[in-house]
Amino acid sequence: MNALPLVAVAGNPNAGKSALFNALTGARQKVGNYPGVTVERKSGRLVLADGRPVELVDLPGSYSLDPASPDEAVTRDVLFGNQRGERQPDALVIVLDASNLDNHLRFALQLIELGLPTIIALNMVDLAKRDGLELDARVLERELGVPVIETVAVRRRGIAELQCALDDMISSPVCGVHEHVRSDLIHLQRRAREIATSAVISETPVRRWTHRLDSVLLHPLLGPIILALIMFVMFQAVFAWSDAPKSWIEAGVAWLSNQVAGALPGGLIRSLIVDGAIAGVGAVIAFLPQILILFLFILLLEGTGYMVRAAFLMDKLMHGVGLSGRAFIPLLSSFACAVPGIMATRTIDDPKDRLTTILVAPLMTCSARLPVYTLIIAAFIPNRHLMWGVGLQGVVMFGLYTLGIAGALLAALVLRRGVLKGGGGGFMMELPKYQWPSLKDVVIGLLTRAEIFLKRAGTIILGTTVILWALASIPQARPGEKQSEISVAGYIANGIEVIVRPIGFNHDISMALLPAMAAREVAVSAIATVYSIDSPDERAGATKLQDSLQHRWSLATALAFLAWFVFAPQCISTIAVTRRETNGWKWPLFMVGYLFTLAYIAAGATYWVARGLGL
Amino acid sequence: MNAPFQPDLISLDRLPIGTKGRVMSIDWASLDQGEACRLKHFGFDEGVVVEPLHLGPFGRDPIAVRVGRMTVAIRRNHAGAIHVSPLPR
Repeated sequence: MNALPLVAVAGNPNAGKSALFNALTGARQKVGNYPGVTVERKSGRLVLADGRPVELVDLPGSYSLDPASPDEAVTRDVLFGNQRGERQPDALVIVLDASNLDNHLRFALQLIELGLPTIIALNMVDLAKRDGLELDARVLERELGVPVIETVAVRRRGIAELQCALDDMISSPVCGVHEHVRSDLIHLQRRAREIATSAVISETPVRRWTHRLDSVLLHPLLGPIILALIMFVMFQAVFAWSDAPKSWIEAGVAWLSNQVAGALPGGLIRSLIVDGAIAGVGAVIAFLPQILILFLFILLLEGTGYMVRAAFLMDKLMHGVGLSGRAFIPLLSSFACAVPGIMATRTIDDPKDRLTTILVAPLMTCSARLPVYTLIIAAFIPNRHLMWGVGLQGVVMFGLYTLGIAGALLAALVLRRGVLKGGGGGFMMELPKYQWPSLKDVVIGLLTRAEIFLKRAGTIILGTTVILWALASIPQARPGEKQSEISVAGYIANGIEVIVRPIGFNHDISMALLPAMAAREVAVSAIATVYSIDSPDERAGATKLQDSLQHRWSLATALAFLAWFVFAPQCISTIAVTRRETNGWKWPLFMVGYLFTLAYIAAGATYWVARGLGL
Repeated sequence: MNAPFQPDLISLDRLPIGTKGRVMSIDWASLDQGEACRLKHFGFDEGVVVEPLHLGPFGRDPIAVRVGRMTVAIRRNHAGAIHVSPLPR
């Protein structure tokens, strides 16, 4: 097979590499992982002026060819042709931040020494001008010996010129890379500084925008207040803005399942499609709006450069429990859903910091727990007014969130003292200049996330839902028998019940715990199904379900059930994403083990304390 | 190579905000390999001018430092390994 010529886009973090990559390839991108490592591989296709297609790959941002993180190791290995799952690039586009040349040129010097056909994109020249810095691209060209094109990737300026230069370059023959590249960083740095200085035409000292903004956003008092406000708006948005689209999706799913139910004859097949596939996948897709809104905020915070500031503000507090400031955003995201939260840990360099963050992320109260909490609280906690407009139900809800956070901090502390002791690369981060992200980059980012999420809903979640449906429906109960007891799931529930009876759980709960492994909120519908299957006069419905619960469960059992859900890792997606992000079964199994242990202890303690108090 | 004795040499974490300092020596041995590598990547080197710009809100940690044309955040304990000579304003 004659593979397309491969052009690698390389450069320092914050050089505007991804924006340039987006400008060159548009939305036709493929996002995957390099085999064996959790480093994202982003590639896209570019058609040159003469119609020849070229594959473009966006290499992880690096400071040099001496890697300080797994991402940087991939960059080095790809460039030397040693990376599994990637062929050796035929040409290079090096992206430089025009206003940070003395640093970025160091990596560029190393890359040029590789001897591949190379073009330099002198990016963000507009921001450099804003800061009073004018550069001579011709001087750079002369000093470096490769073509230099001025670009503003987020505004698509210079992209056409860059494509022309690529056109010329791909035509020239390639003759292998030089394996011996100088790695004397200090020497390279000094040379980089010389070249950078020689390229400056004029430099007017102006008070830089970024510095002015930072005086406010990193202010010791204002900074944390602004961060808290931004977080507040973000949570409001995730819950408030998603209401309407969520109800549309739910209505759509309901319509679809009605249509299908009407079109198919009754029986196992209809039940499989309607109760299994459509209901299961539909319940999960309903979370798409929340996830997209959350990611919109995260992309904006990242694109503007604020995200790093949030990490800066929170670092000291996170450090107290053995995490780094970078863990703040992934943990925050986990309040919506642990899956994007765990995916966001990729920005944490240190492997142990990252692993700790992944392991505690499921303790943040995700939105899937809300339906469970809401139902149980409404059924068992009296709607009593305490004081100043604060109700008992609200206090219990707040308590459950707090319990999750406290559990996460405590778990992080214990993990860092125990299995994940040592290491800790500290906190060293570049604070990039503030800038407006381009709409296109944000949209591409959102589409990519939506695609990943929907793919998972279509595969893993669909699969587990169908399996669980099968377990609950086979064999079919004959008249006089209860489906919930005669089915395979019923027998499994009998087994589970033996384990969970000491912490106050009954057969209904044991039955619900199994399907709730797919997604926590399924517990609610599972309990409803058990009650509606067993007693046809009791139709499933929120108010009705509340009444049934009050009759069948003691308050101690209900409280134990809530405590269980604070800790239990009842979510296949989280386990699957942990497996993917940690490359193996060791850590997801560890996570499942420690979280179930915590859940068991918490539920048991709650049950017996409640019993002791006579509840 | 012994640096000449300089009475006004202080560690970077003690340089006041908004005061520039020239890096005279970096105690590479006190940093682990990854940390040292990162600092070099950021452009920390003998002779470079640095300037602390902002402090973290809790315990005045981490420190945002301008080095060359970049602003980077490092923790106080790492800043302690960098010795600077304050420059007159």
